[in-house]
Amino acid sequence: MDKVDKMDRADKMGNLDKVHKMGNLDEIERIELAVVGGGPAGLAAAVKAAELGLESIVLFERDNFLGGQLVKQTHQFFGSKDQYAGTRGIDIAEELTDKVRKEAAIEVKTGAVVQGYYEDAVIGYLEDERFQKVKPEKTIIATGAAEKMLSFPNNDLPGIYGAGAVQTLMNQYGILPGEEILMIGAGNIGLIVTYQLLQAGVKVKAVVEATDKIGGYAVHATKIRRAGIPILTKHTIKEARGDSKVEEAVICQLDENWNIIPGTEEILEIDTICLAVGLTPKIDLALQAGCQMAYVPELGGDVPVRDEDLEMTEENIYIAGDAGGIEEATAAILEGELAAINAVRAISGGGSDLEAVYAEVSEKLADLRRGPVGEEIRSGLKKARGDENAGRDRYSRQRRYSK
Amino acid sequence: MRIKDHPVLDFKRGKEIKFTFNGREIKAYEGETIAAALHAAGVKELKKSLKHDRPRGLFCAIGNCSSCFMEVDGEPNVKTCVIEVKEGMEVNTQQGKGELSG
Repeated sequence: MDKVDKMDRADKMGNLDKVHKMGNLDEIERIELAVVGGGPAGLAAAVKAAELGLESIVLFERDNFLGGQLVKQTHQFFGSKDQYAGTRGIDIAEELTDKVRKEAAIEVKTGAVVQGYYEDAVIGYLEDERFQKVKPEKTIIATGAAEKMLSFPNNDLPGIYGAGAVQTLMNQYGILPGEEILMIGAGNIGLIVTYQLLQAGVKVKAVVEATDKIGGYAVHATKIRRAGIPILTKHTIKEARGDSKVEEAVICQLDENWNIIPGTEEILEIDTICLAVGLTPKIDLALQAGCQMAYVPELGGDVPVRDEDLEMTEENIYIAGDAGGIEEATAAILEGELAAINAVRAISGGGSDLEAVYAEVSEKLADLRRGPVGEEIRSGLKKARGDENAGRDRYSRQRRYSK
Repeated sequence: MRIKDHPVLDFKRGKEIKFTFNGREIKAYEGETIAAALHAAGVKELKKSLKHDRPRGLFCAIGNCSSCFMEVDGEPNVKTCVIEVKEGMEVNTQQGKGELSG
């Protein structure tokens, strides 16, 4: 391809020619804080940073709306006592979005996809089909999570969705994912989405769970059982069947070594399979920025190494919410606030007011993670902070992508 | 199928519009995504896998997974699960990896 042709092509892709020369750094707009992701963590971070006095904050969100996955959470949150307990996710999204919109210091960019965090701390993003740049002093990455997949034959057939997709269709757009569903996974998401399917009038044939116990809260499981839906522990899906879309699921029992017990196969006629088999942090941006990762199963897989202040191994970049480890929305909100406090402290040099806010938020977060339920998270966070060597031998993705 | 009554949610649908899928006219509402509108019309197969030509449908619905790529108004690889449907849009099943047009 000759040069002219190349430029022409680059131009069609949104002035890509400009990517190759980052231009004069002095010409790039400077801001105090960039927040990447408009879900619970990102919204909370932006609001807290504005409340604490920052004057130029840009909040990037790839979708055309704010709220992240909260916009489809119709259930009431448990949370901690003073953190949204009893409030529905959709209402939390609205409340946080309102706060963001009221802060003059926050510039909200929806439909803006952050492409990369480059040398000299420049963020490149795509907005209105144009590649643009901004140079923040501090950056908070709050990109959330992606759903995990489960391996079984024909798992790519249309009609097999992640639990989040079922919620998007059903709770955001008011469209039924199907008529007869098999739910895989009896953690909180599997149970909650099962209940939401029932509310929407969908028939759930069964909930299967590979482990020997229901992972989600008993209160959710009880509601589902009361509706007559079997929750089958030590069961899994062996295969899906169908031509152009899923028509049947073969489920079976597992022994204590996770092997299929022959002869226990059962065929369910369904038109939808919903996978609620966990989430994994969306670390792409942190990884691209050069931050170190550690493999921490308790937090959902590869997660960024961070210090107590949520700053990652590349300085000036913080991580918050599910992007740093899978928890839930209340924890994400508090982590977003904490990351913001730390970023503000680093910019302004701190002060007693700031320390008081810091103490308050970290106490709330510690409270949320207390007790047996928070045990896995606490152990995972230790590893992610590098306190223990566990997981360090598995910088798999880091090695593959390292600069 | 669209939900009419819901115990918790009240769906405020936008203006009714029309678009085409492989030439067939489909009804949709402003504000919903292309994939959601197709799903409501019973279209579950959105593309074929590149190597093995297997049918693929919506999977993540939030722009992560690329299972919903389609050709929209001549532009290939559009994430139909996050792009809103517009009046008169021409949505087609994509052939292969797609080319930059023009």
